[in-house]
Parts: sequence; C-alpha cells; structure tokens
Amino acid sequence: MAASSLRSVNPTLSRTTLASPTISPPFQSPFLRFPPTSTASFNLKPLVTTRSSPSFVTRSSAAAASPQERKTFHGLCYVVGDNIDTDQIIPAEFLTLVPSNPDEYSKLGSHALTGLPASYENRFVEPGETKTRYSIVIGGENFGCGSSREHAPVCLGAAGAKAVVAQSYARIFFRNAVATGEVYPLDAEVRVCEECRTGDVATVELREGGESVLVNHTTGKEYRLKAIGDAGPVIDAGGIFAYARKAGMIPSAAA
Amino acid sequence: MAPQRSSSTSGSVKTGMTMTEKILAKAAEKSQVVPGDNIWVNVDVLMTHDVCGPGAFGIFKREFGENAKVWDSEKIVVIPDHYIFTTDKRANRNVDIMREHCREQNIKYFYDITDLGDFRANPDYKGVCHVALAQEGHCRPGEVLLGTDSHTCTAGAFGQFATGIGNTDAGFVLGTGKILLKVPPTMRFILDGEMPSYLQAKDLILQIIGEISVAGATYKTMEFSGTTIESLTMEERMTLCNMVVEAGGKNGVIPPDATTFNYVENRTSVPFQPVYSDGNASFVADYRFDVSKLEPVVAKPHSPDNRALARECKDVKIDRVYIGSCTGGKTEDFMAAAKLFHAAGKQVKVPTFLVPATQKVWMDVYALPVPGAGGKTCAQIFEEAGCDTPTSPSCGACLGGPADTYARLNEPQVCVSTTNRNFPGRMGHKEGQIYLASPYTAAASALTGHVTDPREFLQ
Repeated sequence: MAASSLRSVNPTLSRTTLASPTISPPFQSPFLRFPPTSTASFNLKPLVTTRSSPSFVTRSSAAAASPQERKTFHGLCYVVGDNIDTDQIIPAEFLTLVPSNPDEYSKLGSHALTGLPASYENRFVEPGETKTRYSIVIGGENFGCGSSREHAPVCLGAAGAKAVVAQSYARIFFRNAVATGEVYPLDAEVRVCEECRTGDVATVELREGGESVLVNHTTGKEYRLKAIGDAGPVIDAGGIFAYARKAGMIPSAAA
Repeated sequence: MAPQRSSSTSGSVKTGMTMTEKILAKAAEKSQVVPGDNIWVNVDVLMTHDVCGPGAFGIFKREFGENAKVWDSEKIVVIPDHYIFTTDKRANRNVDIMREHCREQNIKYFYDITDLGDFRANPDYKGVCHVALAQEGHCRPGEVLLGTDSHTCTAGAFGQFATGIGNTDAGFVLGTGKILLKVPPTMRFILDGEMPSYLQAKDLILQIIGEISVAGATYKTMEFSGTTIESLTMEERMTLCNMVVEAGGKNGVIPPDATTFNYVENRTSVPFQPVYSDGNASFVADYRFDVSKLEPVVAKPHSPDNRALARECKDVKIDRVYIGSCTGGKTEDFMAAAKLFHAAGKQVKVPTFLVPATQKVWMDVYALPVPGAGGKTCAQIFEEAGCDTPTSPSCGACLGGPADTYARLNEPQVCVSTTNRNFPGRMGHKEGQIYLASPYTAAASALTGHVTDPREFLQ
C-alpha cells in the first residue's frame, strides 16, 4: 500500500523492509522536527529518508509489502446490526490486556465481539480459539459507538478480520481503525447488514481512485463502497505514524 | 476527496468562527480555519489512565524508541481510575506499569495509588480522571485537552476543546505534542428558561440525545449556551458535556463566564485565554429548548437515546440503584441525592450503591452539610436512608470491569444509574437492564423500588 503511493510521489525512492518480522533495535529518538507551517491538508510532502522500518509489524505494514493483498480481501462475512458499541466489540473486563504487548494482543483477538447478545447465534470467535473464520465484518449505522478504547479495532484485527463494511461509523472507532491500520473501515451506501448474512462469501476490492466494492458471492450482489475521503492518505500510509513520517513531521525509525 | 479550503487563500476576508474553530485555529497557529480542514494542532494537556496508559506508552516507545522522552513532562496527566480496587492481577499490574513510565519520564502529574486496601492512605490518588482533571485545575478555557477516554469531552464545560482519542493517537501526542484533527462543524443548542427545581443537567443532556439520536452529533461540536446554561454550576456543565460523546459528538463546549473563571482561578494559576463564537459564525444546526417546560427523563435499555419520561416508567420494577461515575458521581450529584432522601424521610427499597468519583468527592460526602438538612452530611443522610456505605472512589461498575468490581451487574437485573451508557452488557451482565437517570431520579427510584419521577418527593 505504501509502495504504490510512494512511487507516485517520488519515483526514485524505493521502500525497503516493511514486513520485517524482527523487532528493530531501539534508536535514540532525535529532536522531533516540526515544520514551520503545518500542512493544512493531506498533501503529502516528499519523503525525507529512504530507510524506514517500523519496529513492530502492524497488520497494515505487513499488507503494504504485498500490493495484491492490500487490494482484495476474500472471506466470510459476519453480520451485525446498528449501534454496535465498543462494549459489545470488546467487553470492558478484557481491557486489562495491553494491545502493544504481542502476547496480550493475541488474547484480545479471542474476545472479539464476545459482548454481542445471545441473539447472535454464530460467534465471531469460537470458544477456545484466538482467530475468527470471518474476514469481513458487515455492520449497520454508527458502528463502534461508545468508548474511545483502541482495543475495539485492535481485537477485530487481532482475531483476523481484515475489513469492516458499515453504513456509518462512530468517529473515535473510525479514527482508531485508521490510526492503527488494524482493520479497513469502509462505508457502504446501502444497508448491507440487511442484504448479507453471516457466512456469505465475499470479496472487498479496494481500487485506485477510491472506488471500492463489496462483492457478495453467495447472493451475487455487488455494492459500491464510498470513497474513504480524508482518511485515505493516512490509511494508505499505514497509520498515523507512517503518515506523519511521510509528511516530515517526525523522523523515520531508522534515522 | 473534497476540495480543501486552506485559510492562506482566503486573503484578508475573515469569516466568523465558532468557539471550537477559534480554539483549534489558535492551537494550529492559524488565523482562520473552516470545518473540514485537516490541521496539526498543539496539545496543551494529554490525560491517560490505567486502562489505556500502558498501551499508549507502549506505542510511544515502539515508534519513538525505548529511550525516547515525552514532549513535555508537565503537560501529561496520568490518572489511575478505571480498575483500581480489584484483585485482578493484570489490572493491578497496569497501575504499576504507569508508575514505571511516570518515574522514567519524570511525569509531574501522576495521581498514584499503592495501597489498594485503603484509598485514604494514598495522598496522591484522586479517582475518576475527568473529575480529577477539573478539580486539580487542569481544565482551562481556550486550551486543547485530549484524553484516552471517550468522556474527555467533559472538559468542554470549561470552554476548551476536549475530546477522546485512542492509544495510537496518544502515543503520537506523547512524542510530539501534536495531533492531526479535522475541524468539526458546530451544532448549537440554546437552552433558555429557569431550571425547574426537580430537573438536573443529566435530564437536559438525555433530552437532547433523545432528540438527535446516538449519532446525531457524529463528527460535530455540540455548543451549549443560553440563560439556563449560564445558571448552571461547573459540575452541572460537566455533566452536560460529559455525554456529548453519547450523541456521537466530537466535543462539547460551553462559553466560559464568571462561574468558569471563579472555579478555574481557585485551582490553577496558569494563565488562560477564553474564546467565544463570533456573532457571524456559521452553525450547521440550531436547537432551542425552553427548559422550564422539560420533565425528568430516563434513557431506557439499551441505548442512551431511548428516551422516556421518568413518570411514564413508574411501573418498571428495579433491582438496584447506582450513583457514581464522571457523569453522576460528583459532589453536587451526591448532594442532590441526599437532598431528595432527606425530603422524603424514607428508606430505600433496593440496594443503593454510592461510588464517589474522587477522594475529594468522598470527603465532601462525609464533611459538607447538605443545605436544608439541619447540618447533616450526605453520608449521614445516606446511612439513615439505608444506602450502602459510600465506597472507594473510582470508575467502579459504570463499565462493569473485572469480576470483583463493587456493584458490578453480575445478574440480569434492572438498575437505575447515574452513569453514561446502557448498551447491552455495559455494567457487566449482557441481559442487565440499565436506566440512565439524574441523581434525583435515581434517589427517587431507590425509595420506591420502581423508576420514579423525583417530583414524587421534591415538590
């Protein structure tokens, strides 16, 4: 994902390691630079260094290494309704798990969507498992409302979900999904939560120019997804840190 | 992507700005911003607590390096409050983790707790972050305050921009002192009229959320003004702004006035600059309320916008009452409940749990005489009414918490609560039924064992 936008900014630059599975050695944090005039919009400034390797592999940076992977997600749908709040996505008792701790990150995944009422017969993650069989969460209005807990998009990503396609989002959840790069938050134009069923096989295709689609292979229907808009560059960059590095706001990790 | 209107191209023609636009413009070192602008903003205060703090610092170190230093050790306030009085080892560990970070970074404001058996043995410990921020003088007009908690919007009561962010954003702020924000448009809520004696700010905000729905203010600012607002105390203003997030709002804001300055200047000597919306500012919506006509309301299970008149729910049998949280656990909230209990002179019919938000609130509950009660304190009145003893200050069961949290809903019971959310499972049990209400309504309901309009006891 970062690779293609890089080429559009500066064809001479090449992105090196993005999918490094090892933790980079710690570096001395140099003086953090602030440009004299802040960017008033999302215009990307030219990259300041070529060496850049996040010390922790986020799902977005792993996906960036393979443009194909970024562009399409295949999988089963898990359908929920309106106003799915953060307590249903990750019950508060599990918030003691620290997401930046790799071991606890996995545990968070095992609790994803366990707050849903019993009326949801299919569980997102089977008891005893840490991963879900569903890659695409289909939601209604105001998905992710409630708390600012980042554990919400994180647990979905940790469980293995790749994208959420909802009619609308609560802002903090959307922002956290974008900042972490854990799941792609996509906007449907119609009530896909009423047209899809849990277990449907689907593909989410992210296309250049912001036009994306959700294809439900089980029903044969295709749905246009709204352009991501302002959050696009941040998602494409791989989260807020990567975006800020691109914009020259903070130095790259290996500077 | 929508075309960006950058302020640098608008020349010398200045558009009127709302309070929020002005605060953000100043924080971004710009003369002008319009809704939709994406700007890098300087942060005045960053708050975090025991649940999100470890994650935020974890990200900070991962991205800026193990030896990185925070941008300003005096602008970060670390307030353990969520899962404190529990035997849950991970919860306890998280407070220890924050202690280590604060020590390493020389964080000036860390309201630590080490003796979990007696909160009073911890001189630094405060309790609920949003109430502590205000009480410790960290809320000031015109500033930008961020917190790793959705109810950070509470501080908007002080005429500042305050909103909740996640761990990753917080990790970014820790290193840079800046955040990327999109300027929100403002919805204006003008509340006029004399506040009836049985009505509280909680009724006002539940009324509004019921009006516009849980997504009615998504990505927007909720600006509250009018004669009623001017008559509210700071704590009541905090209750109002506290639940802005329940309408999806980005931030809530109230124009600062003498009430604000009096409160703030008694708690901090840091200078501040209040801002006000221009007369020709643009608002995306205008709502007007005649408060004198409003009645006590509740939010029925399972949504904060499931509004109903309290008197229309009088047949709903309840199992317990919970008075606490940043929304309804402040000193004035307990004063109100005590006032109603005293006026009624009866005993509660259901277990009534009292969770003061902070140490200071707890002390007020035990020390301050309740007006009109012949010198009795809240604590005395609560005891006479048969309530549970006020417990150690923290977020408590507002969000359920670890299994051994005091007053957690562990069975599918019906609870009237002065807290802020009632989605399924919010206080613990998935089939628990939570009615959100004002302290008056909560106290009245405790006395009858049913959801009860406080006018039954207050007229």
